[in-house]
Amino acid sequence: MKKTLFDKIWDSHVVESIPNGPDVLYIDKHLIHEVTSPQAFNELKERGISVYRPDKIVATADHNTPTLNQHLPIKDLLSRKQLSELTQNCEENNIQLYGLGHPYNGIVHVMAPELGITQPGMTIVCGDSHTSTHGAFGTIAFGIGTSQVAQVFASQCLLVEKPKKMRVNVNGKLKKGVLPKDVILYIISKLGTNSGTGYFCEYAGDVFENMSMEGRMTVCNMSIEMGARGGLIAPDDTTFNYVEGKEFAPKGEEFEKRKAYWKTLKTDENAVFDKEVSFEAEDIEPMVTYGTNPGMGIKLTGSIPTGAGKSADKALEYMGFVQGESLLDKPVNWIFIGSCTNSRIEDFRVAASYIKGKQKAANVNALIVPGSRQVADQIKAEGLQEIFENAGFTLRQPGCSACLAMNDDKIPAGEYCVSTSNRNFEGRQGQGARTILASPLTAAATAVAGKLVDFTKSLN
Amino acid sequence: MEKFIKLTATAVPLETENIDTDQIIPARFLKATDKAGFGENLFRDWRYTKDENLNPDFSLNNPSYAGPILVAGDNFGCGSSREHAAWALKAYGFKVVVSSYFADIFKGNALNNGLLPVQVSPEFLEKLFDYLNSQPSGEIIVDLENQQISIKDSGEAENFEIDPYKKTCMLNGYDDIDFLLSRRNAIKKYEDKQLQI
Ligand code: SF4
Repeated sequence: MKKTLFDKIWDSHVVESIPNGPDVLYIDKHLIHEVTSPQAFNELKERGISVYRPDKIVATADHNTPTLNQHLPIKDLLSRKQLSELTQNCEENNIQLYGLGHPYNGIVHVMAPELGITQPGMTIVCGDSHTSTHGAFGTIAFGIGTSQVAQVFASQCLLVEKPKKMRVNVNGKLKKGVLPKDVILYIISKLGTNSGTGYFCEYAGDVFENMSMEGRMTVCNMSIEMGARGGLIAPDDTTFNYVEGKEFAPKGEEFEKRKAYWKTLKTDENAVFDKEVSFEAEDIEPMVTYGTNPGMGIKLTGSIPTGAGKSADKALEYMGFVQGESLLDKPVNWIFIGSCTNSRIEDFRVAASYIKGKQKAANVNALIVPGSRQVADQIKAEGLQEIFENAGFTLRQPGCSACLAMNDDKIPAGEYCVSTSNRNFEGRQGQGARTILASPLTAAATAVAGKLVDFTKSLN
Repeated sequence: MEKFIKLTATAVPLETENIDTDQIIPARFLKATDKAGFGENLFRDWRYTKDENLNPDFSLNNPSYAGPILVAGDNFGCGSSREHAAWALKAYGFKVVVSSYFADIFKGNALNNGLLPVQVSPEFLEKLFDYLNSQPSGEIIVDLENQQISIKDSGEAENFEIDPYKKTCMLNGYDDIDFLLSRRNAIKKYEDKQLQI
């Protein structure tokens, strides 16, 4: 039988299939963080069972951490307690923790790939919906709830029904100024926020083949925003070169052996998908969202659709927009470049290259939050920090930050924020905050202009 | 886990579509390290106005509506994987959520906490909203054994799907950890085989 990339990885991880029921799926890597793990550790304690495979778990602190003065004790007592519980739970259970201040600390979906923890062909889970990010390496990676975190603690397995398979093809040449973020925002705007429910989505075509690993991670990251459990891209030389030499990647002969296997991980010709769609790269332009879910996206130069119904009206009212209007020239007071979608070095390089020699507009608060300590260090090493600071941007310490506003990094009620994160839900970036999702380049251009502008004309 | 077999009860309608987990329980309430207390903050930013008063326009605050069944608009529970959303609904007192579509992770989280997600057709959902609008204290029957949801007064009914394994779990109050622990030998065998590759 012809198999898809997804089938190959899934089938090789099935411990057993329950007749008329789910599969027992083996998990190679379990990533955990402070917010969704404490109740799972408690569950195990209450049942008197221990963690089955602590060596397959890696922990970081990211969601609830401050981005200022990380060397000081955390002021918010609840946050401090959550982090100290993570430390204690990891110590008690022999789990490797890269906590606040550790050189490997960072947002879970940024630090694991850059350390080589994420490798092709793996099954990876984490109590976080954007675990789909790791699919960029040709892995089956998906977010789970806390009960499932406890299940993996107890058995290194999950009971899951095999999802259906879809494929999204994008071929052709991307226009100038169109980044991977625009590609995925475009796809979601075309397909809708529940088009992927029940599916794993493979991205194929030369647009993804020509993309960097950072770009592929941005795309796979947002698979969940169309409802898919995960997204994945077949591993190729770009993948192998990225993984090789990373801290926890296999070395020498072992690497070559793995690579030979990784090369087999691609969809067979004529393999059948439950659903397949194709788009042309030439049709994609820089994108922005105008509503309160990531599917409500338009071209930066486009206008808000008319006649979309009750839900859309509610979203527009929240956003302070009206049907049919263009977002160009809308004053914006905040920009946020960060989150597991766009906080890798490439994202900051592209932002810095636009900002260099320019100044942010006086009305704008421009927040730059790297995804990890390693990215933060590289920002310094490459001289990007100077560019940001000279332009009036604020560079913070790594973490999830204003992506979900659990810490102090919140956008004030009623204000607009052009954000490189992945969710524009009501109140996501702070109560009453209005989020416009976009690429790092669009965010940088907005910061400089103080409003949304068509920056593509000025690119050389 | 609590068993769920059959429930006849009043319901609360919430016609909004695409209700995401950030609305069900906003991130600022995720700092707790146990499962208690999330019910108070369920739909926090919709239930309360900016000055912390109860929002009279929100259906959970409407005195005509009460009960353990939430009937919600299409695509319920999208967004984050936070199980806190299921805990908050459960803690508030809901035992069933009805919608015409559920996001995957939410559905799994709900089932793992004894909260039954019942997916109905868009037409039946409309009927339920119409019924509750005209008859706020009308009862709905959710019968898991026969996988059927019906409007008590009119008898109009529809069947719903549920994974047979999950159904057995809900009917008996079992959970996945018990099952997985019983499979440790098979898991060990799988691991040994992988080591040899
Ligand atoms: S950056 Fe945002 S989306 Fe990513 S893991 Fe953190 S909170 Fe979740």
